[in-house]
Amino acid sequence: MSTFKDSVDKALNNPNLGGALGRFSEAYAVARLKAYEGIDIEALRNRVAAIKGYAAEHMEELAEQFTKMATARGAKVFRARSPQEAKEYIANLCREKGVKKIVKSKSMASEEIHLNEHLQKQGLTVNETDLGEWIIQLAGQKPSHMVMPAIHMTRDEVADLFSKEVDERLSNDIPKLVKVARKELRSKFLEADMGISGGNMAIAETGTIALVTNEGNARLTTSLPKIHVALVGLEKLVPTWADAAPILVALPKSATSQLLTSYVSLITGPTPNDDGSMKEMHIVLMDNRRSEMAADPVFKQALQCIRCASCLNVCPVYRLVGGHVFGHIYTGGIGTILTAWFDELKKSEDIQGLCIQCGKCKEICPGKIDIPGLILEIRRRLVQEQGQSVTQKAIFSVVNNRHLFHGMLRAASKAGKFMAKDGFIRHLPMFLSELSEFRSLPAIADKPFRDVFDTIKQPVLPGKVAFYAGCLIDFAYPEMGEKLVKILNKAGYNVTFPKGQTCCGAPARYNGAYEVAAGNATDNINALLEKDVDYVISACPTCTGALKHEFIDVYENLGQRDKLPKARRLATKTMDFSTFVKQLVDEGKLSFKEGVDLGKITYHDSCHLKRTLHAEKEPRQLLTQAGYEINEMFECDTCCGMGGSYSIKFPEISKPILTRKLTNIKATDCKTVAMDCPGCVMQIRGGFDKEGSKIQVKHTLELLADALK
Amino acid sequence: MFDLFKAKAEAVSAEVHRFATKKEGLDFIRQLMTTEGIADEPQSYAVWTECPFLEGVDRDELVKEFPGLKFNVTRTFAEQSKIGITQMHWGLANTGSVCQNSTPAEERLASSLSWIHVAILGTDQILPDMPTLLEKVDPKDCAYLAIISGPSRTADIERVLTIGVHGPQRLVVVCIDDLGGTN
Repeated sequence: MSTFKDSVDKALNNPNLGGALGRFSEAYAVARLKAYEGIDIEALRNRVAAIKGYAAEHMEELAEQFTKMATARGAKVFRARSPQEAKEYIANLCREKGVKKIVKSKSMASEEIHLNEHLQKQGLTVNETDLGEWIIQLAGQKPSHMVMPAIHMTRDEVADLFSKEVDERLSNDIPKLVKVARKELRSKFLEADMGISGGNMAIAETGTIALVTNEGNARLTTSLPKIHVALVGLEKLVPTWADAAPILVALPKSATSQLLTSYVSLITGPTPNDDGSMKEMHIVLMDNRRSEMAADPVFKQALQCIRCASCLNVCPVYRLVGGHVFGHIYTGGIGTILTAWFDELKKSEDIQGLCIQCGKCKEICPGKIDIPGLILEIRRRLVQEQGQSVTQKAIFSVVNNRHLFHGMLRAASKAGKFMAKDGFIRHLPMFLSELSEFRSLPAIADKPFRDVFDTIKQPVLPGKVAFYAGCLIDFAYPEMGEKLVKILNKAGYNVTFPKGQTCCGAPARYNGAYEVAAGNATDNINALLEKDVDYVISACPTCTGALKHEFIDVYENLGQRDKLPKARRLATKTMDFSTFVKQLVDEGKLSFKEGVDLGKITYHDSCHLKRTLHAEKEPRQLLTQAGYEINEMFECDTCCGMGGSYSIKFPEISKPILTRKLTNIKATDCKTVAMDCPGCVMQIRGGFDKEGSKIQVKHTLELLADALK
Repeated sequence: MFDLFKAKAEAVSAEVHRFATKKEGLDFIRQLMTTEGIADEPQSYAVWTECPFLEGVDRDELVKEFPGLKFNVTRTFAEQSKIGITQMHWGLANTGSVCQNSTPAEERLASSLSWIHVAILGTDQILPDMPTLLEKVDPKDCAYLAIISGPSRTADIERVLTIGVHGPQRLVVVCIDDLGGTN
């Protein structure tokens, strides 16, 4: 673990990396949307997911059909079960045909099996020809991005590498460096006996290999040498020729924000060589656990990936640390999942922890893969396989024991007083110090909400709402709970606070401890359904998501089907604060003071509110109706870096994500920022306090409470 | 359809020219060969693959005018050429692409090894989009379907867009209205 933490630190301290990836990810978000202009993205994603999902379900059938069709067209198809089989087939072919020199166009499958090393050991000369791949080959590195392998390198580093290669001092002028690569590699193309390519698709109906490139190297690789070998993973199979179209529409837009790459080649069987002979075409269809993956009810979804790498481009963590830390050959979110399968589960142990579960990648994935969900599943299986680490176990046994958990938090409230000033803890002793290094933490409240609640006087009203506070409102921000009661009373609802409620289970679930999460779910369901209420309301989106979706998910995952009916009953009653209040306003049960101008504020979308509960409009509409003018910040829906226990595990990553958020808030010149999650409030309020900034950080309910009639 | 094709092709740095007749198109190509200094010496050749456009064109006359122009497209001539001329079969309007059944090796040599790729296209062969193209093309009759959008490009060094890596640095599309059915 310490060596992994070292690599994280090293990446974070590399200004080239952070700068290049940061600028790229910002530009990408805008350019991607422009590329998709005029296209129904959701319809296209559904189409791609359906095609690839079908292909995963019918993998063996399609592999047989592909083999038959490609063979009929004159290609030789080899089914390789393992990396070893694939490597040996290609090495044998080289021996048999007297191949000495090989050119390669970009192939992640060949990186996956370390093909170059294997062939070089046989005395063969192998040259990568994709510019990025050639750069990292010369540098002796692995790709740090699936589409742009050398994105982590600067022009100076490239100039150094090329200078050594051509034995001449070159300047760092990029067009000149590109010309050097053209000249050097052109002669290698002309001399090569064999060209090895990957394949973006393998079309079963016709036996076609699709290649999507920009530089033109794949055209030369498949045209100049007399032997063409395409190394293709089984997940690249698609059923029909017509199915290629939607993937060719989506892939370039999601990958590089292009309408189409410069070159798309659809190759069906061998073509003539320029000396009049026929090319030898070999297609290596590689399994390497893909069929096992297809048989896994959860992970088969990952085979819907079209390798666009957009999940890397939008990831707030990837853009800080890059693919040499966040990945292993295959990089980023999807790379973590592929590594766990194509390499081994254990290899993903460190990298899977980097996912902050913000859900941004899931929202844009053209194959509609629930990447964060699959990463959680990896976590769960790791815990199952290896057990939780001792400290984690200790934490969760406390969280799972309600009396002990609450008792400790109360004790901490007393202890915290020595360090807390005006509601913040700014310094923590010793091993906890990292936690408050970049943001102040809220002091534990003198009286938790569960005690405050008993002192609130409510009139007798017709409606009944059970309030689920969650740990932060209960123990750090009880005043938010008081305001919520006031608002709901105005709308004609009595609020109850079932005392048996406990942790929502998110921390346990995010750490793969599903049994613990299921225990939390059962305690909460029993408490919240004990008395009949009209609604269960929470002002924390993560908790709301747990009550609405994750309790069900956890039971299903553990096969505890008998508990599902009650979990579903709770889910139908549960709503997040803003969605519920919007409904009350629309029903006329609440109204705002009229003619009030409350000034400009900006709004931060909390990850789980936007991407789990899909409530991005409601809080904005409410705040606008209340009299605020919303001035949108840049990247308003990018994670603040809190991620629950993530900020405890990776404070060094949480901090720069927060800094970016604070900068974007400040750039709006607004004096107040609103949000719907007490976790985000804790992170952002703490960040501004540490900076000494006067910007007010408020939960939406705090702003609405005073604006209602 | 042509206007959209032209706009999208130019957006990816292709050059698009439209002519009413074959003669005007040929004059344009001759002009380009003159400007680019096509000559009978390595690095200055032009290669032109067999195509319907050439029917009725006096090739001897052209070679007399441009001794560096080769209709015999070999690897060496293509590799040493400045201009490669091929006739494309289809265009795609919404991506500004030109497409060809590139099964004959010469088509790929001429369009990928030279510095400037001149792509002749019947204006009436511009299709709306990729799905339409795939409906039209049967891979049984097309072992190598090439879809080309703009010149060769890379952004592999510091994300800086650079034109002309392994393929042509310029893509010049010559659209001709009266090419008729000679596709």
